[in-house]
Amino acid sequence: MERCDGRKKDELRSIHMEVGVLKRADGSAYVEWGANKVFASVYGPREVIPRFLARNDRAVLRCKYNMTPFSVEDRKRPGPDRRSIEIGKVTAGALAPSVLLEKFPNSMIEVAIEIMQADAGTRCAGITAATLALVDAGIPMRDLVPACAAGKVDGQVVLDLCKEEDNSGQADLPIAMMPRTNAVTLLQMDGEMTEEEVEEAIALAQTGCRQVYEMQKAALVSKYGGGDE
Amino acid sequence: MDAVANIKRQFIHELAAAGKRADGRGMLEYRDIKIVPNYLKKADGSAFVELGDTKVIVGVKYDVGTPFPDIPNEGVMTTSAELAPMASPDFESGPPGEDAIELARVVDRGIRESHAIDTAKLCIKPGELVRIVFVDIQILDQDGNLIDACGIAAITALLTAKMRVYDSEGNPTDTVEPLPVRKIPVPCTFAKIAGSLMTDPQVDEESVLDSRLTVTTDDEGYIVAMQKGEYGSFKLEEIMEAVKISKSEGARIREIIKAAVNESD
Repeated sequence: MERCDGRKKDELRSIHMEVGVLKRADGSAYVEWGANKVFASVYGPREVIPRFLARNDRAVLRCKYNMTPFSVEDRKRPGPDRRSIEIGKVTAGALAPSVLLEKFPNSMIEVAIEIMQADAGTRCAGITAATLALVDAGIPMRDLVPACAAGKVDGQVVLDLCKEEDNSGQADLPIAMMPRTNAVTLLQMDGEMTEEEVEEAIALAQTGCRQVYEMQKAALVSKYGGGDE
Repeated sequence: MDAVANIKRQFIHELAAAGKRADGRGMLEYRDIKIVPNYLKKADGSAFVELGDTKVIVGVKYDVGTPFPDIPNEGVMTTSAELAPMASPDFESGPPGEDAIELARVVDRGIRESHAIDTAKLCIKPGELVRIVFVDIQILDQDGNLIDACGIAAITALLTAKMRVYDSEGNPTDTVEPLPVRKIPVPCTFAKIAGSLMTDPQVDEESVLDSRLTVTTDDEGYIVAMQKGEYGSFKLEEIMEAVKISKSEGARIREIIKAAVNESD
């Protein structure tokens, strides 16, 4: 099967990552993923505002996902819509299993993801960037959290749908995971798939996550050194 | 976390690790489902659903408006949920928060992605007039597993919904016909507690769960929507176990919905 941009069925789009791109934030990262351009920042651990959200056994993790008005074909009305709020919630669920929240009771860690340009797969690019920003902020984590989607296009399960494939495809299934334990921390799906296709798609998305994981490590090494040399 | 919450957490975790539940149910046993279709007269379609002690009402109303420019010949459906303060000491009034939004969007996704509503038949005058279907979810008593209760109530309400027939000029006639519903998507929600999977979590189980997974299946056994929730994780094998169970439990619940709707006709 020929994909619209000539990729193989298990091939990612080209991905570029950079760590520590903003001065004021405690941690930050930039990810280009195909035509997606995404910034992530982390502030904290810091004082919990509003106070009633505070937990005395762990830090509160708040994630905000936002699309800029100019990130899509038709201008998006600024401010949070229902989709953004849901993505913020599932992003927190994707990152929280890895973050050692119990180390910082009565404090708050705030993740912000800003989509500058959207071309299918922004939530995965956002989670991938947010993970790097958390590391850049010095927040202790159990593992990096790469994310990647698989989907069904022309009846075939393929990796990392681009915009045209997302529009014409029959299903999209984004995941995030902690590769050291194979724990899936984000899982969403919409479309139509058989049980067997769901299994194939999750397995394929996991191979995508592993590739993204290596790129995350490389981006951190290029910022902070270390590795084998 | 306060002491009582801690004790409750420990109690439910210990039970779950031994494959037991506080209310004596099996790990994969749903609470009783009671469905009253056509519960309300002013709504175009409605359902009152009890899942154990969880009580929800869904009302369907439709309006006539202009279609989206990219789908000029199709009607539109929107779903919203209200977590009214009546239903739980944890709910507050005000605009929908992220829990209400996630609930509405997960229910919506099952209906939308299964193409349950034949949206082409909602068109009155191509490019000009279409029916806009509002699915409004009202929670009365939150005793856990709102997603499944609301998913059941939403599709039941749609199955009972009637709409007026319009003439070619876009004027309403006196004839009514059923809303064109052709599928029955059913969400099945799992909680993972202390490494054990259970279906239909009760509210105390929800308050201590590690993670949540909803799998929505359609009449043909296709998976049409999935959503992992909260702060834990799942292994691939656990996800596939949940998918398998959702297909059989979904089929069972679908028959309950059909029976309730047929009885009310």
